[in-house]
Amino acid sequence: MLDAQEAMQLGATPQTRSSGLWRDTLGSLLRQRNAVVGLAIVVFLLLVALFADVLAVHGPDDVMLGVEPGVKKRDDPCIHLLGCPAETPEHWFGTDGNVRDVFSRVVHGARVSLQIGVLTVGMAIIVGTIIGAIAGYVGGFIDDLLMRLMDVLLAFPALLLAIAILTVLGRGLINAQLAIAIVAIPIYARVMRASVLSVRELDYVTASRALGESGAGILVRRILPNALTPLVVAGTLGIAGAVLDVAALSFVGIGAQPPLAEWGSMIGAERNQVFTAPHLIIFPGLAITLTVLGFNLLGDGLRDALDPRLNR
Amino acid sequence: MIRFIIRRVVVSIPVLLGILFLVFALARLLPGDPCVGALGERATPEKCALYNAQHGLDRPIPEQFAVYLGEIARGDLGTSIEEGKPIGDLLIERLPQTVELAFYALLFALVVGIPLGILSAAKRNSIVDVGTMMLANLGVSTPIFVLGLLLAFLFAIVLNHTPLALPPSGRLSPGAEAMPLVEAWGLEGLGGPPRAIIDFLSNIYTLNAILRFDWKLLGDTVRHMILPAITLGTIPLAIVARMTRSSLLDVLGQDYIRTARAKGLKERLVIVRHGVRNAMLPVVTIIGLQFGGLLSGAILTETIFRLGGVGSRVFEAVNGRDYAVIQGFTVVVAIGFLIVNLVVDVSYSYLDPRVRLR
Repeated sequence: MLDAQEAMQLGATPQTRSSGLWRDTLGSLLRQRNAVVGLAIVVFLLLVALFADVLAVHGPDDVMLGVEPGVKKRDDPCIHLLGCPAETPEHWFGTDGNVRDVFSRVVHGARVSLQIGVLTVGMAIIVGTIIGAIAGYVGGFIDDLLMRLMDVLLAFPALLLAIAILTVLGRGLINAQLAIAIVAIPIYARVMRASVLSVRELDYVTASRALGESGAGILVRRILPNALTPLVVAGTLGIAGAVLDVAALSFVGIGAQPPLAEWGSMIGAERNQVFTAPHLIIFPGLAITLTVLGFNLLGDGLRDALDPRLNR
Repeated sequence: MIRFIIRRVVVSIPVLLGILFLVFALARLLPGDPCVGALGERATPEKCALYNAQHGLDRPIPEQFAVYLGEIARGDLGTSIEEGKPIGDLLIERLPQTVELAFYALLFALVVGIPLGILSAAKRNSIVDVGTMMLANLGVSTPIFVLGLLLAFLFAIVLNHTPLALPPSGRLSPGAEAMPLVEAWGLEGLGGPPRAIIDFLSNIYTLNAILRFDWKLLGDTVRHMILPAITLGTIPLAIVARMTRSSLLDVLGQDYIRTARAKGLKERLVIVRHGVRNAMLPVVTIIGLQFGGLLSGAILTETIFRLGGVGSRVFEAVNGRDYAVIQGFTVVVAIGFLIVNLVVDVSYSYLDPRVRLR
């Protein structure tokens, strides 16, 4: 292990030798085309979410009927610069069945979806890490019990289990996030447990124990930092999955409820209009795809950047 | 080998019990009185007491769980609240469509995904490789419901009146009908499990058409199957292509590949004979892991294309708050999933004996 690290340092360029893990990571992340694209998409989405109020021309729930002359239900996209007649009211992504501006709703949806992704994965990581840490550190019967429990959760198709959980919790965005978080717990529990097992018997952990550090202290100060990199990778990819799954639940009608500008429920509400007003599917659909793609690319890139074995 | 299988089955038993307990617990945790849920407006305190006694709901929880296990073992999955039909019957009616859809989706994923993965690995960093991997990234990132709706729009509206037009919903064209096999074979008198099996197979329309040599029906049902299969198959396709590529690249870096090249074997043969064969093992595992995703995806795909499989029934049950159906299906699907994983593990250990020794 030490030899490998030394060899890597010898082979590394002088600029990166003295920098820390996260700067190293950023450096090797920026050398990958896919990861750069992913990072750019995520930053773009963050900016859109942050400045949604400025970017959106109208409020996400504002009904245009009676406010703008000539506006109709499910108007096609109209951009004056691209030759749309000036007398037609301008709506970049058209209007929806309730005569709301789709562009404004999609922009505000970025806020909703990023919050969904981060919150859902956050809940899953906290619970999963605790379970994984206990299983790996305590071992024995507790380990077996907790891991079999995780196997049970993994034995269900994710969406179906989430739906079954939602029948108990009741529909709604928060509950949908909770359901998806529960379904995702085993991923993080397994990652954490594997990290704990890999360092539990190492000398520096034994040394801490000999110095009288408590079990919790060792877990938090000595073991958790080692588990951080795989957790970050799993979490980034997890955000992509969570956005996708919560959107699917909202599409089915048991996640986000109208009038909230959530992309999945926007598509679900208008899915029967796809043949007459496809823009109502295309724009929120593109938004979901872009978000999921961004986090997927970034997650893959982080994995390659943080795993020295893959460094070429 | 047999010892490995037995060990693997024994390990699955606690998980199976866990699955059953989880679904049982979910059913008991449902908001509201189960008797009100089942009887609706007819529920009175007296009727509820009778209902609770009949269904053992006044018994202690462990006893209720034992009774539940007995019911599952006898194949009694409960009764649909909406339709009043046994859930087992619903499954025989609905499952064939989902099985058929999942089969063609997986077939599409493998037939397109594996060659794409091989091509990408063989021509690493070429335009083909970069393009394929970009499409694969896009494929895993596009929600099934968006892809399905857009494909339906593209092939039914944009390409309407061209030879590429495809129907956006249903299993058969209006007026077409698949004759049940029992009728075609004059077996109407048959009953019991053989009848159930034949009815099940008969409901897989492509199989039905082939068995009755009805080529017109076959063409019609295949045309209806294309869009849903592509919709459901795209994510597995992307995953299979990526896995094939990385696994083959791994193998192509091995010493024996260098030996094969050194002895003057043509590159094509090196890849096909020495590379692909050895690269397929991880792909097999990945295929096994796709079943959960296929079933989750079937809920969305069947809803969009108005196919009457298990998935669209779950969707209907969600909207009709028919919890019994959701839970009955969840149990069956989870057990099926467990069995599939068992089969994959065992076949994997057959293909790679090293797995057994661990």
